[in-house]
Amino acid sequence: MNIWIAIIGMGLITYALRLGPILLMERIEIGGTARQALRFVPTAVLSAIIFPELFMPGGTLDISLGNERLLAGLLAGVVAWRTKNVLWTIAVGMAALWLLQALG
Amino acid sequence: MTDPQASPSPSARPRLSELLGGVRSELPIVLGGIPFGMIYGVLALAAGLNPWQAQAMSLIVFAGSAQFIAAQMMGAGAALPVLWLTTLVVNLRHVLYSTALGPDMRHLPRRWRWLLAYLLTDEAFAMTAVHYANRQIPLTYKHWFFLGAGFIMWAEWQISTAVGIFLGAQVPANWSLDFTLALTFIGIVFPALQGRPSLAAALSAGVMALLTFNLPYKLGLIIAALTGIVVGVLLENTSPTSRNLRGSGKFPGSE
Repeated sequence: MNIWIAIIGMGLITYALRLGPILLMERIEIGGTARQALRFVPTAVLSAIIFPELFMPGGTLDISLGNERLLAGLLAGVVAWRTKNVLWTIAVGMAALWLLQALG
Repeated sequence: MTDPQASPSPSARPRLSELLGGVRSELPIVLGGIPFGMIYGVLALAAGLNPWQAQAMSLIVFAGSAQFIAAQMMGAGAALPVLWLTTLVVNLRHVLYSTALGPDMRHLPRRWRWLLAYLLTDEAFAMTAVHYANRQIPLTYKHWFFLGAGFIMWAEWQISTAVGIFLGAQVPANWSLDFTLALTFIGIVFPALQGRPSLAAALSAGVMALLTFNLPYKLGLIIAALTGIVVGVLLENTSPTSRNLRGSGKFPGSE
């Protein structure tokens, strides 16, 4: 396999996926339901990234008090809810994770 | 870093303040992402790429997950069409990001859209989408925020790849800095969960992500995201109480 051709092809494919819809949106007027759906994209995508990080830290489902990332993540969620501040969320979440790891 | 949802104070230099806002929003993720770039660099060399090729893949493809998988496939001697098809599937989620941001990028000159599309990673999308959703800040200069967020992730990826290639990866794993990604996303998603549709969208997407976690090529992420979107829209359109909450389920300020 020619590695350079492989890389350039990968780059073109990836760029097309990232650029295509942006350019299409110039011509397509999207209506009510589609617009409504697009507003859920961040919530849905980010939740789909967050859940496995918390519930499956080792690649398998772990709902127990021994799951430090789940506990730290839930605490961070409470902080996020109350403060609406990303920096506090990260600070408390990381501190909780390190503390739990030190204790465990 | 500042809260990306906070309104920036009126600035004499709105472009610069948007740009720096974008950079700041990504800083915690940048920190956690550095080891991944380094590990990719090491992995690419081990798969038989030379240093130029390994770095060029980060420059030309600029998509972490796809690069990890591609390096492994190259090492195993996979055929080109298989490699490209895999890239297509792994990066399919970017279509969702591009579609979501597209309507707010219509007014931009072509060159801006071509540049920002190149910088459209998971992380850049997350912070930029939240920023765009805040309708209290005018759209005028928001693409500078996107540029800042995209650029800092780009710089992090290029530099950490180079460090991995030339110095190797020596990061103590027990610092758990990769957790900053999940925490940052928690920090922007949780405050946005107001009303049943958004809560249901988040829960259904999350649970579906757990159920589909073992599917290859990040397919689970797409299935989970689509599930969350459909559930959110259905609930918003069917439940009579949620009609009053229309505008929730999105990010703060998007009403």
